[in-house]
Amino acid sequence: MKLKKKKKPLQYITNDDRLSYRYKGNTLYLSGNLKLVESGLLARNVLKKLSALKPSALFLNLDQLEDIDSSGVMALYFVKGKLAEKGTHVEIEGGSEIIREKLELFGYENVEKVSVPPRRNYLEQLGGHVHHFFSSYVYGFLVLAANVFYWSFADLFRRKTRREGEVVNQAVLIGVNAVLIVLFMSFVIGLVLAMHSSGQLQVFGANIFIVDLTVLAVMSQMGPLITAILVAGRSGSAIAAEIATMKVTAELDALKTMGLDPIRFVVVPKLYAALITMPFLIIVANVFGIFGGGLAGYIYLDITPEVFINRMGEVMQNKDLLTGFVKSQVYASIIVLTGSFYGFRVERGAEGVGKVTTIAVVVSISLVILADSILGLIFY
Amino acid sequence: MEPQKVVEVKGLTASFDEKEILKDVSFSAKKGEVTVILGGSGSGKTTVLRHLLGLIPLTQGHIEVLGKDISNLTEDEQLSLYLQLGVFYQNGALLNSLTVGENVGLPLNQHSKIPKPLVEEIVTMKLGLVNLEYAYHMFPSQLSGGMLKRAALARAIAMDPPLLFCDEPGAGLDPISLESLDNLILNLKNLLGMSVLMVTHEVSSIMRVADHIVYLDEGKVVFEGTVENAMKSDEPSVKAFFSVFRNQQK
Ligand SMILES: Nc1ncnc2c1ncn2[C@@H]1O[C@H](COP(=O)(O)OP(=O)(O)OP(=O)(O)O)[C@@H](O)[C@H]1O
Ligand SMILES: [Mg+2]
Repeated sequence: MKLKKKKKPLQYITNDDRLSYRYKGNTLYLSGNLKLVESGLLARNVLKKLSALKPSALFLNLDQLEDIDSSGVMALYFVKGKLAEKGTHVEIEGGSEIIREKLELFGYENVEKVSVPPRRNYLEQLGGHVHHFFSSYVYGFLVLAANVFYWSFADLFRRKTRREGEVVNQAVLIGVNAVLIVLFMSFVIGLVLAMHSSGQLQVFGANIFIVDLTVLAVMSQMGPLITAILVAGRSGSAIAAEIATMKVTAELDALKTMGLDPIRFVVVPKLYAALITMPFLIIVANVFGIFGGGLAGYIYLDITPEVFINRMGEVMQNKDLLTGFVKSQVYASIIVLTGSFYGFRVERGAEGVGKVTTIAVVVSISLVILADSILGLIFY
Repeated sequence: MEPQKVVEVKGLTASFDEKEILKDVSFSAKKGEVTVILGGSGSGKTTVLRHLLGLIPLTQGHIEVLGKDISNLTEDEQLSLYLQLGVFYQNGALLNSLTVGENVGLPLNQHSKIPKPLVEEIVTMKLGLVNLEYAYHMFPSQLSGGMLKRAALARAIAMDPPLLFCDEPGAGLDPISLESLDNLILNLKNLLGMSVLMVTHEVSSIMRVADHIVYLDEGKVVFEGTVENAMKSDEPSVKAFFSVFRNQQK
């Protein structure tokens, strides 16, 4: 059901006998009802009028008051408190027995307010953030990574510590299900890249170099990077969300108390799956990226497939295959580790799940790009 | 004058996935009384409450809440009905993104024109009623199970609703908190004339607060009446429930 913008609470909540009040001598006589709606009236309008009068003493007489609810009681004490601040002594008097009882039940006369926890100043906050970043992010990430890698070696041939068929399951989720999108995206990017370059190459009469350009760009940069970004978006978020949900619903606690280590049971299979499938995804990306480039070359520069393939054989180096493989393993680790790291860090219930999922994706894509440039320098 | 009925259910039948959960449930709750719905786990108590609140569409039967037939309400009537109900959900259902104080103050801020500082005092007072003033600025995720329950109750009574629904408010509370919660419910009933419909398994609670008992067994009402009659009932499930209590007392 959607709530209307227009607020009209009045009719909904109380009956129509409103509060009326009369000021005589030092006494304010209240009659009618003092409930949710009228409390607002008392706390705003009546208070304003009374403060303007600045009486030295005031009696709030409730003899003619018919009914009061908890907000009404609080409104009386609120008025009393506000006037007291201005030096007026206020007393609440009269009222039927039931009204007096309500005053007692709801009347925390000087409600002790709990103050908002103090805020630290900016320098302290900055220092806190820096300390927090190293102690909990960097350190926490390293500890998780150490744990995950340790167990993924230690448990390599111990199948009991994982759910049966879980690695295959995860391989399907992380790898197989991503094939179509990786294929399509790298094809389009290869195509567009070659299309834009072909004009420039034509100017210099260097048509054949479209092959060099496509093969180099796709194999050493675009293929692995596109794949990693797509997998981070698809599976990085899924991993973070899954682990975070498990933490929020106490499933992780349940695993632990059943003697199953969440890292070995949940994270390690995902890491295996990602490490295994990532190279294949990158191969798919490379093949279709180059295919896209070849298509553009054929259309715009009349480079026939035979020519393209011949030249490709000359351009391609074994080193590129090795780079691709190393990159695939690094990216897969980054994505799985970042996803799980943020999944484990979830706070504040279900709402936190969405938050850590978003952060996990942003951070893993950034880390992938960072790693790409570092690896690019190393393998240049 | 015969007390009015705040809740009237006739022939409520409901199923989930072909499985019949409620079978021809009929009962009523009177104004100014505490009506307790009893029944084993999975007997359909929460499902009955969810029907009363219109959270599950009615497929068969007739339900009136505060004299309104809930099956054909306009949007405005529905809203006005909701504003007269306080609801305590079985798992608390506090909003996790708000502090406890903001949770309790939410209906007051949204539906009344009370100035902010007064709302804050009302909230503190309500939290005081459940002995939780100190949790004003805490987030629900920072509370213990019992504290969550009490905070949720404070939110349910934020607007002094004429009718309060409670799904197992006492579960998981220590006996002392439980007694003060019962006293609070009695006070609300006596002083504000609040009617209460609650699900509870705490026999000590039932003895303290219940005026009227409805016993559900596998989706059927097997007993409806006063506490004294319930204790004398020959219905096997009801008898079993209260005999456990008698044994405890010995
Ligand atoms: N959304 C749902 N879908 C399918 N079945 C449901 C659903 N909600 C409840 N049920 C079934 O309805 C039955 C009654 O559930 P309900 O939650 O009303 O029990 P309850 O009496 O409140 O139990 P408890 O005391 O444990 O809270 C159960 O058998 C439950 O499996
Ligand atoms: Mg229930």
